[in-house]
Amino acid sequence: MHNKSVAELSRELESGTISSVELTQQFLDRIKREDSQYNSFITVSDEQALTEAKTADEMRAAGKATAWTGVPFAHKDIFCTNGVGTSCGSKMLENFVPPYDATVVEKFKQAGAVCLGKTNMDEFAMGSSNESSFFGAVTNPWGLSKGEKRVPGGSSGGSAAAIAARLVPAATGTDTGGSIRQPSALCGITGLKPTYGRVSRYGIIAFASSLDQAGPMARTAEDAALMMNVMAGFDPKDSTCIDREVPDYTATLSEPLKGLKIGLPKEYFSDQLSPVMEEQVRNAVREYEKMGATVKEVSLPNARLAIAAYYVIAPAEASANLSRFDGVRYGYRCADPKDLMDMYTRTRAEGFGNEVKRRILVGSYALSAGYFDAYYLKAQKVRRLIQQDFINAFKEVDVLMSPVTPSPAFIQGEKTTDPVSMYLEDVFTIAINLAGIPAMSVPAGFVDGLPVGLQIIGDYFSEARLLNAAHQFQQVTDWHQREPQ
Amino acid sequence: MSISRADIEKVAVLARIKVDDEQVSALEKDLGNILDLVDQLSAADTDSVEPMAHPLDAVQRLRPDVVTETDQRAAFQAIAPATEDGLYLVPKVIE
Repeated sequence: MHNKSVAELSRELESGTISSVELTQQFLDRIKREDSQYNSFITVSDEQALTEAKTADEMRAAGKATAWTGVPFAHKDIFCTNGVGTSCGSKMLENFVPPYDATVVEKFKQAGAVCLGKTNMDEFAMGSSNESSFFGAVTNPWGLSKGEKRVPGGSSGGSAAAIAARLVPAATGTDTGGSIRQPSALCGITGLKPTYGRVSRYGIIAFASSLDQAGPMARTAEDAALMMNVMAGFDPKDSTCIDREVPDYTATLSEPLKGLKIGLPKEYFSDQLSPVMEEQVRNAVREYEKMGATVKEVSLPNARLAIAAYYVIAPAEASANLSRFDGVRYGYRCADPKDLMDMYTRTRAEGFGNEVKRRILVGSYALSAGYFDAYYLKAQKVRRLIQQDFINAFKEVDVLMSPVTPSPAFIQGEKTTDPVSMYLEDVFTIAINLAGIPAMSVPAGFVDGLPVGLQIIGDYFSEARLLNAAHQFQQVTDWHQREPQ
Repeated sequence: MSISRADIEKVAVLARIKVDDEQVSALEKDLGNILDLVDQLSAADTDSVEPMAHPLDAVQRLRPDVVTETDQRAAFQAIAPATEDGLYLVPKVIE
């Protein structure tokens, strides 16, 4: 059962070959047996999962089943789950048990899905390798058989590794600068970052509020579409959420791609990309040509400024968002504070890890008196230039295709001593967050036995078209079916 | 662009994060590298460009001014580090 997709598991449950309680127990046993080699879960919520599975079986018996009823999955540990610990990968929230559910969590519950637990992540979603988690690094299932301990990418690395290792068929993620797409690429799974505002962020621990967006991670585009059918939609509790009709994302998966206009941004096929990676991406684009798509080169002249703009905007917003962790109302508090200032400064020094502290300090600096115009305002202006490049490109083509990462999964520890080298990991993903448009990572080949992702980028609210393009690719390729040994 | 020890110490106070002397040296290097990366922005011509705050230029919605929240004080305070009589406790502020 562990090799089946969400769509297949849903059919098994519907036909009655297995109950949700049995299926849930199988996955829980598998996690218990296998996860010590990956560390992809921070919390496994056995008891709640089995209760949800029992409820799901009752829902089905009462004729109230949805596509998700009884299907096991997991949430990234950034989504608040009522009664189940939510750490955000941080010592600061090690013992935090939220008194409420995030809207996305609530929606999966209503659909009858069974949450097996909370997946590991970079601390406060800041990282591209899952090595900044207080709960230890996650190991990529790919490369393990050769004795190599490689990163799964980040920040949603636990979700990606758990899906690749067949511990869950699907999991939620969040993407502020590439945190769904980059781990999806490095672990050989399918991930989608939706349009900014498409999915409610209520109850998702905030990192950079003008960039954060939640999305699906699964093995197939069809499963990602099934997740989007649950996740997408307006929520009055999220002031940035867009009130706009939600299509049935599965309805258009099978549409033919004949006539699809693909643009290849020349800046994303530069010398930052190794030739072997480029070959895989170009092979994938050729598959689209065989399906009747046309391809042309386009330009995103300001894309080279994306990392610089991001490393002002994201830390600035993070420094404001993370000021709430003060040791007063919830979370970690230092021992024996002398006075209020001592309590704040030691709580935050002891509760946050190094990368989080670096970003808070950079953000505080960029926002401090005398620097605001030179940094934050300047970055927001550059951000509009980057957005305009995409708007211009989508006047000529329907989708853009590019690599997701410059290279495949790297060895743990390789980039931890130099923060800037880690930041460059997101060179092809960050501009998409700045523009607020949707993009996917789809398995598209292998280099040295490690998965490579194809990034498909679309105009605002074009998630259905991206999922359609990814699904059609998965009908003529089997990269997404490959399993780590 | 480099950042001085004094800048780091000042920003650490603003951010309410205690940093010791050794950490300041490491931060001097790391933050300096990050600011060098960010410095590419200064080359961009943005004279006539409006800053972008929301990708879809959406504005904040207003809701009717009515009470929608229920009293959850007990649930919220159950997870606090220290409370007493419905109040959050912090170290003494006024002598």
